[in-house]
Amino acid sequence: MTKTATNEPVLAADGTPLKRSLARALRVQKMRALALIAPLLIFVMISFIIPIGDMLFRSVENKIVENTLPYTVDELSRWDGTGTELPPEPVYRDMYFDLFLAAELKRHTRLGSRLNYEASGMSSLFRQAGRKLDDPGKDAVKLLKSIDPVWGERDTYYTLFNAAAGDAVNQDLLAAQQSRIRWLADETPTGEMAFAPSQNVSDLLPLAARVYTSSAVITGMIENKDVAKSKPMESLYLALLQDVTRPGFQDDLAAYDGPQKDALTALANAGLSAPNYSAIFADIDENWADIETWRVIQTHSGEFTNGYFLNAIDMQKTPDGPAVQPENKRVLIQLFIRTLIMSLTIMGSCILLGYPIAWILSNVPTRQANMLMILVLLPFWTSLLVRTSAWKVMLQQQGVINDVLVWVGLVADDARLVMINNQFGTIVAMTHILLPFMILPMYSVMQTINPSYLRAAKSLGATNWTAFWRVYFPQSIPGIGAGSILVFILSIGYYITPEIVGGTKGVFISNRIAYHISSSLNWGLAAALGTILLAVVLGLYWCYDKIVGIDNVKLG
Amino acid sequence: MADTNLNDAFVEFERVQKSYDGENLVVKDLNLAVPRGEFLTMLGPSGSGKTTCLMMLAGFETATHGDIRLDGVSINNIPPHKRGIGMVFQNYALFPHMTIAENLSFPLEVRKIGKDEREKKVKRALDMVEMGSFGGRRPAQLSGGQQQRVALARALVFEPELVLMDEPLGALDKQLREKMQFEITHLAHNLGITTVYVTHDQTEALTMSDRVAVFDDGRIQQIDPPDTLYEEPQNSFVAQFIGENNTLHGVIKEIKGDHAVVQLDGGDLIDCKPVNVSEVGARTQVSIRPERVEFDKKRLQEGVHTLKAEVLEFVYMGDIFRTRLRVAGNDDFIVKTRNAPDQRRLVPGEQLEIGWLPQDCRALDA
Repeated sequence: MTKTATNEPVLAADGTPLKRSLARALRVQKMRALALIAPLLIFVMISFIIPIGDMLFRSVENKIVENTLPYTVDELSRWDGTGTELPPEPVYRDMYFDLFLAAELKRHTRLGSRLNYEASGMSSLFRQAGRKLDDPGKDAVKLLKSIDPVWGERDTYYTLFNAAAGDAVNQDLLAAQQSRIRWLADETPTGEMAFAPSQNVSDLLPLAARVYTSSAVITGMIENKDVAKSKPMESLYLALLQDVTRPGFQDDLAAYDGPQKDALTALANAGLSAPNYSAIFADIDENWADIETWRVIQTHSGEFTNGYFLNAIDMQKTPDGPAVQPENKRVLIQLFIRTLIMSLTIMGSCILLGYPIAWILSNVPTRQANMLMILVLLPFWTSLLVRTSAWKVMLQQQGVINDVLVWVGLVADDARLVMINNQFGTIVAMTHILLPFMILPMYSVMQTINPSYLRAAKSLGATNWTAFWRVYFPQSIPGIGAGSILVFILSIGYYITPEIVGGTKGVFISNRIAYHISSSLNWGLAAALGTILLAVVLGLYWCYDKIVGIDNVKLG
Repeated sequence: MADTNLNDAFVEFERVQKSYDGENLVVKDLNLAVPRGEFLTMLGPSGSGKTTCLMMLAGFETATHGDIRLDGVSINNIPPHKRGIGMVFQNYALFPHMTIAENLSFPLEVRKIGKDEREKKVKRALDMVEMGSFGGRRPAQLSGGQQQRVALARALVFEPELVLMDEPLGALDKQLREKMQFEITHLAHNLGITTVYVTHDQTEALTMSDRVAVFDDGRIQQIDPPDTLYEEPQNSFVAQFIGENNTLHGVIKEIKGDHAVVQLDGGDLIDCKPVNVSEVGARTQVSIRPERVEFDKKRLQEGVHTLKAEVLEFVYMGDIFRTRLRVAGNDDFIVKTRNAPDQRRLVPGEQLEIGWLPQDCRALDA
């Protein structure tokens, strides 16, 4: 009791530090509390936080380019996109084989759509290329057959690339192709495959071995067919041409003693030349010879991108860094501003309409207050869609309000007011829908304001207005704050009502998000817009906390 | 001060009635005159109409009938903020969003008093209640007693001539309450302001007031200085309500001027003073204060009637002894004796005879 040294920790009766002893005593309580909230926590995690997190992650995720065109992207990284020269031949070569495989699995269109967000025309460019890539392969196989007919038989290729019993297997190549195809096909290659790439041959014919292996994984493990009897992808012939004309092939072949050595020797001695990929692409579409196309691919080839966020604020990603979008494409910032202004307007009109109602509610006898409260809550019991549609009926040019105005004579029949499919319609309908969210917190705060404060103010000499303004109103601000936050946050992300009554001028950013989710399928941009929206709301919340203090907000 | 002449009344209620629902009268025919400088307490059980009277005076309720005058002027149609009456509320009603100084400054600001003078007055008022150093705090940072002082200072800062207080000490603990009772009376008398004070606590009423108006059932049952009220209750309600009281029921046997004999329902006879009974044979309720009961035969008058009593319980309370007796079939007959060196401590089971001076025993309406 009279100890003077207080720096040492206080000890419990058994000598353990009091803090630890207390923590132990409270642990059971904490565990019990955690167990009680666990069901909700798990539910919210699974149904809310994880999906939203995944969705938001899509705003920066950009694996599609690299996963679809892995070798191209690698090769393209060595090209200077800011210059004036087209990419070198190896880029075209890798593009050919990457794109061929993607087209085989019908995934090139997905990439085309992705790149189309950045530059229009990419989608059709890729779709078209997917159709026409077969032709050079067919020409190549004719050429090969004319040199040695065995090149026309499927078995030739199988025996060439397959590692016979006892031969070394190129496991790296196999694993790489499997993981690549798993991503492209959205399906794990699981089937049994009677094929393994031979190490020897893949050293000798690296490109052809890669193409054949990926072809085998598709036929054997995805389609569950016999690899030996299946026709390989046409790109294989082009790859073979590529390999036999590569520098050093002659020497490597001399050291080679595996299958089909004769046939390969025949090819090596036929005086073939490597395929001209850039010409192939230029034949397909002249845009492949346009430096812009390659710049777009290179710029958006990273695994993560800030491109969606730049797009969301009316900018774009270019080889020279972020740049402002052309004027005709700048709509989103304007839409953000419009969303903010309209939300503020809705919030303001809710305050103006809701404050007197909340005041009455908290100042009439309980029975009448309950009756009024039912009227306030009535909209909650009606479907949102019905209420919004009702406003459509009320506000349209042949609607109830216009009819009444015309009938009264305030408005000429040929000059009916346009009150719907514009901002006015959205503000009216949303004010109506969100009004209860303003009234309820206001009411709950006003209920706690003792009427004796007003009496005291009056007894001290204040007029009714002064008593209200100086004494009552400041105490009701927490209610206004709570209602405003609620209404503002709800309205800034509102979707259905603006969609129905907003027309083109009265829509919110959320409608744009919905458009990108369901129509344009640009989920990355939708996610970026959503993330910005979330950040804006959190930022405003933070500001509010700094200014008013969130502890002052009472919701009930 | 006790004797009131209607002509120098400062606050005056004349035939005031009040009904909230149009069916029942909460205040029935109230007539009251408060002279300038008086400390008047309205005392009564809840629902007796005392707070309604206060609210009518403050202007928050309007009288259904009758006239309320302040300094000779009818104030029935004057709104509360123009009446210039200071008021202290039960929950203090200090504005929570303003500091103490701002709270006090508020009535001066609405009166458009200049800043310098305002600050001077606020400081003076705070010093008056010994809260001078608390001007910058908010009400929530003060204790109940401190809030009470501030509320008082706020009601006085604009120098009203009349201050109303609606159970201002109800929320304080006993010790603080007693201290504040003393301070409020002092302040009121020193400043010479007229005070109307509402409470349901009779001790408070007795210790603070110049006069006490006892309310029941919408009427003033008795209005008198505290000592008169305590010693000479005019009817059985007042006798019951003020202080502790023993009651016995019986019938008047005979009346001779200031002396009456009452036959109790058990048959015993006692002597008492008739107050508001006059007929022989009328039923009566006899009231005697516990401290006026004697059981020492030597101290009783010759020839008075005595009653047999049995001690049921003896409670030692420090300054006094409180003894519960069975008297004439009443098990709750209390006797209080002072803890003096020669005082006898009664023992439960003891049989004794009790009596009193006839003038201490009052025969009231049944």
